[in-house]
Amino acid sequence: VRPRLRCSLLFSYLDTVKGDRKSSRFRVTLGDRMELIVSEGNPQCLKVLAALGLTGVQCPVQHVHHEETVVPFLSRPALPALLLPNGQHLFSANAICQYLFEVNGQDSSDLCRQWLEWEATTLQPALLQALHKAVLQGKGSEMSQILQGPLNYLDRSLSKGNTTYIIGEAVSVADVVLWAALYPVLSELSSVKSWFDRIAAIQSCKSAAQKVMQGKGLQGMKSYLQRQPAPQSSQCSDTHEEGERVVSEEEMEAAFLAWNRVLNVGSPSTERHHPILPQEGKRNILLTSALPYVNNVPHLGNIIGCVLSADVFSRYGRLRDWNLLFVCGTDEYGTATENKAREEGLTPKQICDKYHAIHSSIYKWFQIDFDFFGRTTTEKQTEIAQDIFWRLHKHSFLVEDTVEQLRCETCQRFLADRFVEGICPHCAYPEARGDQCDKCGRLINAVELKQPQCKVCKETPVIRSSKHLFLDLPKLETQLEQWLDKSTRTGDWTANAKQITRSWLRDGLKPRCITRDLQWGTPVPHPDFKEKVFYVWFDAPIGYLSITANYTDKWEKWWKNPQQVELYNFMAKDNVPFHSVVFPCSLLGAQDNYTLVNHLIATEYLNYEDTKFSKSRGVGVFGDMAKDTGIPSDVWRFYLLYVRPEGQDSAFSWADMALKNNSELLNNLGNFINRAGMFVTKFFEGYVPAMELQQEDKKLLALVSWELQQYIQLMDKVKIRDALKHILNISRHGNQYIQVNEPWKKIKGGETERQRAGTVTGVSVNIACLLSVMLSPYMPTVSQTLRDQLNAPQSCLNTMLQGTGAFVCSLRAGHRIGTVSPLFQKLEGDHIEALKKRFGGQQVFYGSLWTTAQKAVGSQPADAPAPAAPAAEVNGVDPEKAKQLTQAVTEQGDKVRALKAQKADKAVITAEVAKLLDLKKQLAVAEGKNPEPASQKSKKK
Amino acid sequence: MALRELSSLEKYLGLKKPNKYSTQGDKKVPVLQNNTGPPLVGLVTVACHLVKEAKRPELLGDSAESRAVVQQWLEYRVTKLNNCTKDDIKTILKDLNMYLQDKVYLAENQFTLADILMYYGIQPLIVDLAIQEKEQYVNVTRWFDHIQHYPGIRRHLSPVVVLRNRIYTSRHH
Repeated sequence: VRPRLRCSLLFSYLDTVKGDRKSSRFRVTLGDRMELIVSEGNPQCLKVLAALGLTGVQCPVQHVHHEETVVPFLSRPALPALLLPNGQHLFSANAICQYLFEVNGQDSSDLCRQWLEWEATTLQPALLQALHKAVLQGKGSEMSQILQGPLNYLDRSLSKGNTTYIIGEAVSVADVVLWAALYPVLSELSSVKSWFDRIAAIQSCKSAAQKVMQGKGLQGMKSYLQRQPAPQSSQCSDTHEEGERVVSEEEMEAAFLAWNRVLNVGSPSTERHHPILPQEGKRNILLTSALPYVNNVPHLGNIIGCVLSADVFSRYGRLRDWNLLFVCGTDEYGTATENKAREEGLTPKQICDKYHAIHSSIYKWFQIDFDFFGRTTTEKQTEIAQDIFWRLHKHSFLVEDTVEQLRCETCQRFLADRFVEGICPHCAYPEARGDQCDKCGRLINAVELKQPQCKVCKETPVIRSSKHLFLDLPKLETQLEQWLDKSTRTGDWTANAKQITRSWLRDGLKPRCITRDLQWGTPVPHPDFKEKVFYVWFDAPIGYLSITANYTDKWEKWWKNPQQVELYNFMAKDNVPFHSVVFPCSLLGAQDNYTLVNHLIATEYLNYEDTKFSKSRGVGVFGDMAKDTGIPSDVWRFYLLYVRPEGQDSAFSWADMALKNNSELLNNLGNFINRAGMFVTKFFEGYVPAMELQQEDKKLLALVSWELQQYIQLMDKVKIRDALKHILNISRHGNQYIQVNEPWKKIKGGETERQRAGTVTGVSVNIACLLSVMLSPYMPTVSQTLRDQLNAPQSCLNTMLQGTGAFVCSLRAGHRIGTVSPLFQKLEGDHIEALKKRFGGQQVFYGSLWTTAQKAVGSQPADAPAPAAPAAEVNGVDPEKAKQLTQAVTEQGDKVRALKAQKADKAVITAEVAKLLDLKKQLAVAEGKNPEPASQKSKKK
Repeated sequence: MALRELSSLEKYLGLKKPNKYSTQGDKKVPVLQNNTGPPLVGLVTVACHLVKEAKRPELLGDSAESRAVVQQWLEYRVTKLNNCTKDDIKTILKDLNMYLQDKVYLAENQFTLADILMYYGIQPLIVDLAIQEKEQYVNVTRWFDHIQHYPGIRRHLSPVVVLRNRIYTSRHH
């Protein structure tokens, strides 16, 4: 190809463009004041030099160092650059190439633009990452994997188009740009290769390559690459195309290798020795859940938002063999407790004791496995809070100011926020509290309330001033921002946590009052403020430290050890600013090398049916009532985690809970696990059969391994709800596998068929074992029961979740399993309806304060059976008979399936189905469940 | 997101018949299903195609230089503005602010497709800025306010209040 300068063509083209008088200027200045500036070792420069040679446009070229600033308005050096005749700079290599081609009369077509856009948005990010790995990290072997997606795409397009160049039979700007981009890394792909060689043979390209790369190969770019920002690895994953996942040979081989691995011996992760302290060489994780406020019973929204999410992650972390300490406790000081005490005629201390016990028992029922569940009203709290206070004081981060406050003359005291009620100044809601309006949710300054009332004596308070101490947040802002920048960059902060924090900083920080005119609190040690206590927002987060101090004397090894310890905070989003801005400021200001939060995990809100859970209004299901429903704790956990408000608000709904229980737990997960176990029991006398893996089985192993890897990746990032979906995917794969292979039929066949039934059964029961491990953080009881049923070695727990995950065959041929029985029960429609009515609460709870609601519920004798509790006491329960019937149901079920598969006479099938339904009914009675309605479609066992 | 931009652009261009779009990959790259040829992929590619379809070539620039400048900012839009980090945002705004110091539009004195797509892309960043920051990037905000009030452009986006009404600054009194 000979470079041509087709000015005449260009001008005739330009004349066709409307309003194009200016083009004459072009003629005069072209090549006049234009200048191309390039540097060595930068592949982008390859593009423009090749294009310049190819188009033959006359333009002086200047070589500079790649760090030289050429384009005046860019803060980072950007090369190549083209100084245009009108004095403007072009800094995009692709735009420069397009310009040079256009000057030469070759306008970019749609297709051409498409390739350039693909190059800039898809190829470049992958290339940068690949080069970064190869040149700077010496991992050249990873290049091909990173580039595989885009190169395959290019290869396919080239072989499909079957043209000499990318677009047709002539060299276009797209050819030059792509060739130059790929020059450093080109691989062996056949179509790409022959096309690439064609372009490389062009003289202009050859000399451009020589000029830029200096014949030094990849290392020639080192200096340039070192100065580029490190690419984000996520960019390369985008190059995969969507759609059905195809399992590659390599994946199957890798899965097969993992399958044959031996379980780790010993099981250190299942044993805990208290006190747990940071250990050298381990990942040391300190995990906190937001401290629940003591004066109320937590509702499901609180449970999923903090303690349950943190519990799942801590159980997972222990399985990953992290050295982990999980602490929590009740937040007990403050106005609300004083109020509550007044209402119930008890002292604040008595209230705290009472509710602390209620909290403990609820979390115990939900199987929240704290290492320590403490409280904030302790000696240690006073000690540590006062120490932090004096340190802040010493470093002059406290300022004094006078505050206008409401004072009740009758009660002779200043009224803290919650001791006042009045009309909301924003929405006119009549029962707004002194700090916040429940209706519009806005924060209120108590003195702004219209018609304020003392909550105790109902008198109208007066406005008086009182002296208070403030934490000087503006003074700490720079320090905070530096820390935040690092923490949010290196840690896993949920999007809402980052966003809420940003919005707080954006609005600018103001000094925050840390003292309060109350008695029930940590006393302020300063003599000028001796009548006052610390405001709860200052005091409560210090509870994390004091609770740890009550757990171990060596608490500072966790809390003053940011070098060794990673801190995770779990909370609902309303708590974010206190954990990301206010508390870190206290700790930063105290200057004692405190451990600050590394990962801030905040949930959105869980709504109840269609309305909000509200503690103060008593709407929704409360922790202590969950157990009265007769639904097992594990099922509650499962459903709450399934609808965990991760990334967006979600809703609790009774109907949905029943649906998820019946469709996911019973028909998907439970069905698969039970089938796998029953096949071993029935067809192989309880011994895991020999397995001869075929291609199809290896493919299944690969699919399961992939789901396992996804699960681990998501769990590592605390995407608890998303990870759960992958567990359910595995049992779906398993069900499909059994359905396709029909071991119940093959077992009756010849030797080969029987062997096949053995393999399918063996693989399935091993998948069940893997599921027990993956389920363990979510449903600890079910997980343990399942392992007991399978008689699985405890060591499978700490083998399969190590590293990126390994699906190991932990139940080898000849392994004896225990007695298999169903893990889940159906939730019947009428049961759920009754629960919904009972807790739906509108008539009981709505519009009344929690206390009244509790009284309403409490008026039922506590031990009387709930009207809709599961009919566990139905007569006729007989475990022995149930066992026999289970067997009979299974056999009858298989018979029906066989008949259906043979396409037998309809009347025959109907008769057998009737028998099956009858057996199931008997079974249900024997198990103490309500017999299913006869119209129920026969389920596959 | 990209699809809403394209539909807003279609409306601005007055294209009568809305086109059919789909998206591709995790990044939801827009794809235009074309009756006459193969589908077109990519926001810039599709947008340029629409402009030509509407016979408004001046929106791509009226000289080779301005056409190059337009292409450059379009590329900037899809490579720099999508998925940028907090640090990136600062650099982008700083650079753009410098660039716009002596310009009305991205391509000097002419309103082009680059202004439209850069506006659509930068709007979410501007929304998040505090007043002080907006004042720091005064050229960007001036340009931004100008484009968001350009007839027929804003469409799917909500208006952003960019400047406080400062008649006198306190310093002068």
